[in-house]
Amino acid sequence: MGKPIIATTSLAGCFGCHMSILDIDDRILKLFELIDFDRSPINDIKHISQRCAVGLVEGGCANEENVVVLQEFRQNCDVLVSVGDCATMGGIPALRNTISLKECLDEAYLNGPTVFNATGKVPDSEDIPLLLNKVYPCHEVVKMDYHLPGCPPPADAIWEALVALLNGKPLELPYELIKYD
Amino acid sequence: MTENRAGTVRRICQDHGGDRTRMMDIVLAVQKEFGYVPSAMMDVIAAETGSHRVEVESVVSFYAFLSSRPKGKVIIRLCDDIIDQMAGAERVRQVFEEELGIRVGQTTADGRITLEHTPCIGMSDQAPAALVNDVVVTELNGDKAREVARSLLEYMDPDRLVREYGDGNNAHELIQSMVHNHIRRRDQVILADMTPGEALNKALAMSPAEVIRDVNTARLRGRGGAGFPTGMKWNFTRRAAGTDRYVVCNADEGEPGTFKDRVILTEATDLMIEGMTIGGYAVGANTGIIYLRAEYAYLRAYLEHALEERRRQGLLGKSICGKQGFDFDIRIQMGAGAYICGEETSLLSSCEGERGDPKNRPPFPAEKGYMGKPTTVNNVETFCCVARILEKGPGWFAQIGSEGSSGTKLLSISGDCRGPGVYEVPFGISLREVQRMAGAVDTAAMQIGGPSGQMVGPEDFDRSICFDDISTGGSIMIFGADRDLLHVVDQFMAFFIEESCGYCTPCRVGNVLLRKRLNAVRQGLGTAADLQYLQELGETVKLASRCGLGQTSPNPILTTLERFRPLYEAKLKAEDDGLLSTFDVRSAMSEAEAITGRSSVHFSKA
Repeated sequence: MGKPIIATTSLAGCFGCHMSILDIDDRILKLFELIDFDRSPINDIKHISQRCAVGLVEGGCANEENVVVLQEFRQNCDVLVSVGDCATMGGIPALRNTISLKECLDEAYLNGPTVFNATGKVPDSEDIPLLLNKVYPCHEVVKMDYHLPGCPPPADAIWEALVALLNGKPLELPYELIKYD
Repeated sequence: MTENRAGTVRRICQDHGGDRTRMMDIVLAVQKEFGYVPSAMMDVIAAETGSHRVEVESVVSFYAFLSSRPKGKVIIRLCDDIIDQMAGAERVRQVFEEELGIRVGQTTADGRITLEHTPCIGMSDQAPAALVNDVVVTELNGDKAREVARSLLEYMDPDRLVREYGDGNNAHELIQSMVHNHIRRRDQVILADMTPGEALNKALAMSPAEVIRDVNTARLRGRGGAGFPTGMKWNFTRRAAGTDRYVVCNADEGEPGTFKDRVILTEATDLMIEGMTIGGYAVGANTGIIYLRAEYAYLRAYLEHALEERRRQGLLGKSICGKQGFDFDIRIQMGAGAYICGEETSLLSSCEGERGDPKNRPPFPAEKGYMGKPTTVNNVETFCCVARILEKGPGWFAQIGSEGSSGTKLLSISGDCRGPGVYEVPFGISLREVQRMAGAVDTAAMQIGGPSGQMVGPEDFDRSICFDDISTGGSIMIFGADRDLLHVVDQFMAFFIEESCGYCTPCRVGNVLLRKRLNAVRQGLGTAADLQYLQELGETVKLASRCGLGQTSPNPILTTLERFRPLYEAKLKAEDDGLLSTFDVRSAMSEAEAITGRSSVHFSKA
């Protein structure tokens, strides 16, 4: 039997959660003994190529491309985990949810005090994914199996969660790893 | 003009002694004067009553019948509960909108008429119904609605809408309403003749402790639905430390589908007031309050008259029935359109001039109620039972009904049946008997106890109405085989969302989420996991809300998940692909598509 395959992605996140994944330090060597990575920013594979045991998702859905990626993950991963607060709750990007999209874009590209935009237009091209009316946490778009809180979740929490998942054991995180104040 | 207005408002405040605990009466009076409570006048009220503006504003914003924005001189409130919908409320709405040229929620351009929706106004037996200011208009249809709208446009006089009076006291000169009692069955306790003063005299010949003992012996339990032993409640109130005690009559009959208190207030007024007076004697109170829901404002003058009449007869006031030292009088506190105020601690908050927010329990009202004083809050019907117990004896009362539930119960029956109306029946009656009595055939379900109660199907029709089996405050809605029961559930959830006071997050937010998910399932987008979600979230809302509203609001979903599960299962998606159909990517991109003027690359319209 081959090693379990893991895929990871960062949607509307800051890559901080992925930095936290790397933060497991030398355990990453052990991780590579235990698993193989499919699609992930770590190896820059663009699409999932095989059935994966676990998908780790950082960030919520802010644009149509995020939705496409998340749906691809759902269709190809046995277990899908929201990693971090943006995936779980929308996080910082979701601060725009109380303001209309047009107002956000106008402020960012036209009216903001530091904006220099000679075109006087909001950038648009088929290569730029359309933004969603608001930012959605992952579990409002597809079924998510687990949520790992934190901004970012500590490396130890990610490690413990992965080990537990791969061994099919219940996860018991010590209080220090899920306490954030 | 502001100065003139301020003068008027100051006078209103002074009429109420500048008492902030009479805030409800003050803002209601101000609203009556100007049609709304102008922002500038809130400052005046705050100054005159020694409270803060925010307190005034929070009261005005809380109650559906109060407004801080100008509204029409005539306000039409169309009842939109499920029974009214079934009776054709939709058509009535259309006609009103056509004739007035406005939509629900709007006021005509000349500022004369406002059209609104309102939850159950206690007229489910003569639906569709509406309130035009205080005037009740019943049994509407397209033609009648057109007549009403045209009459109002021409004369602006709600009183002109009443062409014929209803039966009984509805024709009394102080009521003059088109409402019908629809009393379909009388029994010996509530809807029987009585002689004012008879029960009271018997009570006053005993000691208060003996009166409570009789109520206990009769095994009387609260008629509001919860069924707490009345004698026990009175004992707590009587024994609680403190000087001033209060007796409060809960006439805030807001549970959709209930209208039996309307009939008691109209036809058994004396019995109820007598019961309250006996309650005052038993617990040692000098003051009673009838909390009357705003929807029943048309009964107020008649009730005031009944109180005055009893004062004249020496049955209220100082030294009642010549009994030295027993002084007791009653005032009426008007509500302002809030279902939550039927919950006793919310009701007390409202009586104290505040938002109708529930209070933490304990302490229970018996210990710290109105103004922090020992208070007993009982249902209209409970007081009637008390009077009858004292008149005829506890033994007589206890032998009526069933083992654990003595006496009779008033049922308000509405929906798909030939005889909607009020039925007084002995406790222990089976649902099948209720169905037969009401002339209902091909019944798919009965909603017992209103939205906060439970929905039961034919397999449960042999169960009986009593505190030990199916308990109810009296609302029974009957749904025929052609009704979409999940639509009924949806409407009940909409009701709770509207009426939640918003204090507890599980209730304020949870009910919205429940309804959203319910409708996703109804649209065929759900999976088995969604049913589990409904179950778990429903239980959370029940567990984590502090008052009866939140603790019962998921019942429409939970009781149907239990008893009508196939209805849900038939709607589920065939295969669970993990993609949530509650997420609609197309509508989520609508703004961006409008801004850019192009459609999505990934999710094109095809």
